[in-house]
Amino acid sequence: VNPFHARLAALPTDTLASLALFGPELALCATVVLMLLLRVMFGRRLPTTGLAAAGVLVATAAAIALCCDPTLGRREVFSGLLVVDPMTVFFRIFLCGFAVLFVVFTWRSGIPDRDDAADFYTLALGSLVGMCLMASSNHLLMLFLSIEMASVPSYALAGILKGRRVSSEAALKFSVYGAGTAGVMLYGISLLAGITGSVHLPTLAHRLADLLAVGAAPQTQMVLALGGLMVMVGLAFKLSAVPFHFWAPDVFEGAAAEVGGFLSVASKAAALAILLRVASVLGFPPAEAAAVGPLQQAEAPASAGEQFVSADARWPAQVAGHAAPHSPQSGPATPTHAASDAPAAELHDALAQGAYVSAAAAHDAQADRAATHAADAHGADDAHAAAPPAQIGPQQRQAALRTVRHYMAYLIGLLAAITCTFGNLAAYGQNNIKRLLAYSTIAHAGYMMLPVSAFLLLEGSAAQEAAAAVTLYVALYLFMNLTAFAIVAFLRNQLRSEQIDAYAGLIRKAPGVVICFSLVLLSLIGLPPLAGFVAKFAAFAALAHAGLILLLLIGCLNTALSLFYYLRVMKAMILDPPVDGSPDIRLPLLRSFDGALIAVLSLPLLVLGLLWQPMHLWALDAVQRLLG
Amino acid sequence: MIALLSLILFLPALGALVLLAFPKEKVDAIRMFSLAVTAVVLLLTAWLAVQGHDHSFRTGVAEMQGAFSIPWISTFNIYYALGTDGVSFPLVALTALIFVLAMWASWPITQQVKGYCILFLLLETGVLGVFLALDFFLFYVFWEVMLLPMYFLIGIWGGPRREYAAIKFFLFTLVGGVAMLVAVLMLYFHSDLRVLAAVSDFDVTNDNPQVAWSQLHLHPEVESLLGRGATQWDPQRDEARVVFYRLAGKTTEVSTTGAVVASVAPPTRSAAWSKPLEIQFVRDADAAQGDVQSDETADRIVLRVRSAAPLTAAQVVQVINADPYASQVVHAALPRGSRGSGEVQATDSVTLAPFDPSVPLHTFNILALAKMGQFTALFDSTIWGMTVQWWAFLLLFIGFAIKVPVVPVHTWLPDAHVEAPTPISMILAGILLKLGGYGILRICYPICPQAAYDLAWLVCLIGVVSMVYGAFAAMAQKDFKRLVAYSSVSHMGYVILGMGVWTATAEHLFATDSWKLGMNGAMFQMIAHGISSSGMFFLVGVVYDRVHHRNLDEFGGLFAKMPVYSGISIAIFFAAMGLPGLCGFIGEVFVTLSAWNFSRVLAVISAATVILTAGYILWTVQRVYFGPEYKGPHPEALTPMTTREVLIGAPLVALAIILGVFPQTVFNYMSPSVNQTVDDLRQWSIRLGVSVPENAATATSLSTASSRPAAATLTTSRAADAANIVSGRRDETLSATAIGPTSRRDVPPEAEGLWTASESAARRLAGPASVAPGD
Repeated sequence: VNPFHARLAALPTDTLASLALFGPELALCATVVLMLLLRVMFGRRLPTTGLAAAGVLVATAAAIALCCDPTLGRREVFSGLLVVDPMTVFFRIFLCGFAVLFVVFTWRSGIPDRDDAADFYTLALGSLVGMCLMASSNHLLMLFLSIEMASVPSYALAGILKGRRVSSEAALKFSVYGAGTAGVMLYGISLLAGITGSVHLPTLAHRLADLLAVGAAPQTQMVLALGGLMVMVGLAFKLSAVPFHFWAPDVFEGAAAEVGGFLSVASKAAALAILLRVASVLGFPPAEAAAVGPLQQAEAPASAGEQFVSADARWPAQVAGHAAPHSPQSGPATPTHAASDAPAAELHDALAQGAYVSAAAAHDAQADRAATHAADAHGADDAHAAAPPAQIGPQQRQAALRTVRHYMAYLIGLLAAITCTFGNLAAYGQNNIKRLLAYSTIAHAGYMMLPVSAFLLLEGSAAQEAAAAVTLYVALYLFMNLTAFAIVAFLRNQLRSEQIDAYAGLIRKAPGVVICFSLVLLSLIGLPPLAGFVAKFAAFAALAHAGLILLLLIGCLNTALSLFYYLRVMKAMILDPPVDGSPDIRLPLLRSFDGALIAVLSLPLLVLGLLWQPMHLWALDAVQRLLG
Repeated sequence: MIALLSLILFLPALGALVLLAFPKEKVDAIRMFSLAVTAVVLLLTAWLAVQGHDHSFRTGVAEMQGAFSIPWISTFNIYYALGTDGVSFPLVALTALIFVLAMWASWPITQQVKGYCILFLLLETGVLGVFLALDFFLFYVFWEVMLLPMYFLIGIWGGPRREYAAIKFFLFTLVGGVAMLVAVLMLYFHSDLRVLAAVSDFDVTNDNPQVAWSQLHLHPEVESLLGRGATQWDPQRDEARVVFYRLAGKTTEVSTTGAVVASVAPPTRSAAWSKPLEIQFVRDADAAQGDVQSDETADRIVLRVRSAAPLTAAQVVQVINADPYASQVVHAALPRGSRGSGEVQATDSVTLAPFDPSVPLHTFNILALAKMGQFTALFDSTIWGMTVQWWAFLLLFIGFAIKVPVVPVHTWLPDAHVEAPTPISMILAGILLKLGGYGILRICYPICPQAAYDLAWLVCLIGVVSMVYGAFAAMAQKDFKRLVAYSSVSHMGYVILGMGVWTATAEHLFATDSWKLGMNGAMFQMIAHGISSSGMFFLVGVVYDRVHHRNLDEFGGLFAKMPVYSGISIAIFFAAMGLPGLCGFIGEVFVTLSAWNFSRVLAVISAATVILTAGYILWTVQRVYFGPEYKGPHPEALTPMTTREVLIGAPLVALAIILGVFPQTVFNYMSPSVNQTVDDLRQWSIRLGVSVPENAATATSLSTASSRPAAATLTTSRAADAANIVSGRRDETLSATAIGPTSRRDVPPEAEGLWTASESAARRLAGPASVAPGD
């Protein structure tokens, strides 16, 4: 049977099965489409906000519905482009839940006015679909596409305040940076794909392990390292990690506070999800993905998901196809379906005896050529196919994986340390609250990346806890930053200013809001008993567990550093006397909807700071499938 | 006790919540309510101190009292664990008292009274939490919770440079806090309750238990995580109790230094560990002798102990351990000291939770961490060339030293004190500085003994430097409040020195007497300083409220205008100076005496510092109260003290005298626990052989102790009792000698003579204490 036809035949079933797990994204897409269509019919009479609210509510419901499926495990959908596992579910619920709060907040804050609302929500929800895909992408191309899908609407969102110079400048800067880093990332992806012959992340990880296990040539390693670095550039841009953070202060200052809230929470969460995903798949490749290994692909397409993947992995597949008959150990001894439920060790042994390994060994011998010219390598592999197979035991593979993990851990750790230190130092001189919060989000991106580094250096339940520190941080960060930007937006509507000086003496005019804002700022510092402390505690605990004492010290000292600028805002609001002639504001906490919204958003900071056990359990549950 | 301690702890916070509902304008109601809340806390604490009822904090007991532990965040093994012992209880009482007085002293505060009172009450909860917490995480949370109310209390109601002072205070303490957080996490991830269980009486097969498990006050949940469960404990049916272990052998083998050297393969079926195990007791006429019917399913194991007549606990143990299947999944034993003569009832069924012996069980329990530091080598792995406990000690010490504060991290203190409003200065000096000393005694020393031993010189040196520097700096001040602030630095130096004098380092001599003297002196000095310094700040505040300046050069002749005020002031200032018969004397003299065996140079310097202290205090008294007429502004405002002010000052004067004359009122509560800490560390140093016996009497006790360390550990409480009696008598002797005709301040050679006499008296009396562990 022609493998292509077999794949084609399996496609409808696969797609239908996949769609069932794609509910939230479908709901969001449907909302966007409806919004665009109904707009043509109803024009400005269309209740856009209501429609958007309904759409995100349905999406949230769909996301939560999946959460209730205990048998979910790790499932690849859409022929391996996406993966649905508890982490996907977690981030979908998180993103859709955020969207609900976001729609309510923007409805009250009035930045998408009647004219803009349809554009605004179309863009935001479109971006949200991209973010959901980011959280579930399992394929480097999907990774690239989802990042672009999330970013491009964000560029437009940054410039939603039409006719304002700073806003347009922000949008331009954002898109130029985005385009640049996207190009670099695409280059990195092509390097990785060129060396390993696959862009399907688990397959890529297994091949990488095999490649390094037999000992790749320095040049190959160099190219691999470079590829990894370049992919990291794209992720760092989304994370606003130093040195790819330059867009953030300008965008946050220029764009409306609402957009700032959207970018700092949702976009950051999705970027962390994708970082965690890439780190986990490359560091701890899922065992069942080894079934996608080159040996099996030439044979019958038993497991539906991965066939498209092998299409872009043509050369090893061909090598395997050529080599298998020659190799005495392979052949019927390594059947396709056996691999799906065989333990990982056996699978690796099977692989070790297989032809791909001999191909890899040969590949190594010809490494320099193989690295640059896949075609040459192809020939070389064919020539060496009959060579005696090298023995790659599980130990070598483990050692190879450890190398990969260490490379990523130190890269991410270094980036994280620089990011949080820079963010905190740069925030000192800021007078604009949105710009200050921009540097604050940069610093927090650093804190959130720290446990990813620990995750890669740990194993077993300890690694799970480190990954949970990331998800916990992301979840708690929602309440901190969304509340912060909501308060900034509501205050802007009344004060007509976003300068910290304008907040002087605010406690006399709006004590409730000041208390809530203080809770947010203290939480961002990381003082107990607030949610921000819990997030930092879990992150620092992961570092301590991994023995990354230096990073731990840097993180802790950063906490002390960050005190100054957060307190400066509090000082202005609480200690400073009000400026003469400053506008009177009315924002009672309990007697206005806006005030109540602020209260509802900031209450979790206290509650989750004291009773974070359920949240932590959920965070732990979300990352349970990340470890192989 | 759960309710009582929690009530004491959270009553102020609840009061703060209630205050939110008060209308802003009802200033008097808000003040009275806050005062009432602090007063209730004081009454509850006083009730604890009264002897002879169920809830009383018993004197003469070294162990933690009223300790309990409730799961809080199980994923991180965090518990809501509180308890008090002789180290914390006097400080809790002091806190409760000073907060009442400070609240009453807050009457002059007229701006935003509601906000002030709310923050004030939150601050009290934070402080009490630090003293009461037995869980390191909880301790840290309360430690940081204190910061924010303090920041605002200084920053809103403070003097002209309040914002600078407030942020400086916040920043210094936060840096200390994050250093502590690093240490907390390092210790947590190196801790392992499995190892502690292996060296304790938790393990039935351990013939030589070194730690009494029950004294760690861990939650029962921890037992099941370690594979142990027992029938319900009922004091009436103690003999019917059976303990079950899911491991029949030791989980881990621990070497003499405490390192885990090997895991001894247990004879139980490891596959059964992941399932919950239920043991039921059923009546069945078929099984006359008693047998076990076992039932293992995919998700649980049920063992039914059947018998025609009720079995005794001893028979249950026999039946289960004899059964071929049951003995593979569980090991039954009798609790230590039980003969198992009681009958086991059907209601005694037990469920053992699943457990995993291969995963370390970390803990935040301060008592357990202390035992790990002393009895295991868990904290001895190295990071960057030094041991974990060395780093942890250093980081924790930095955190606590900033709070104390010691030179060179003391610079926040003068600023904070000068700018803070009077009542907040009272609290800052009276209570908050004690948190540092408390932390060193409760956490640094017991958890990191090796590091504490190695760094004893550093601790003592810092103590003496603070003492001398603080005294000189105080002498140079023109600002009355700044002078008092620097005197605090100097006085807290005694606390640090007293804790640091680990005598064993002095020429390899080993005598706990001297160190006990130092530790007790340090603790006493904390209480005494709490009384005298809050009194001094209050008195400075009284005159500042009248004339609105604190320039020492412009004062003078206050005695004529404010006689009562001057009388109270002189009493309090003399108490701070360490005049015999007043509270300041006891701590200073104890510490100075104890320093002799550690380093004669430091002892001489610290003894000489009292001259400096006398110098600046007498000079101050002269400049302010005596001398010519008052030359400053607002002379007409110098009216006599109001009744309220007298009533705030009077209790402090009374306490200063009572503690000076009857120091045992405090020592009765304090000494057993303090001495126990010293004895524990002495046992540790004996085990590690870092010290050699001093004389024949101690040699006997040491040889007994080292051959049977467990017995020695378990009898230390008795030894502590003995030492307590000794310390009480010792104090009397010292006071009696001290209240002599001449003051030691004025004539140094005589002070020297006095010192020798008291030391020999102390040594004579301390004799029985060092022999006690051996008998």
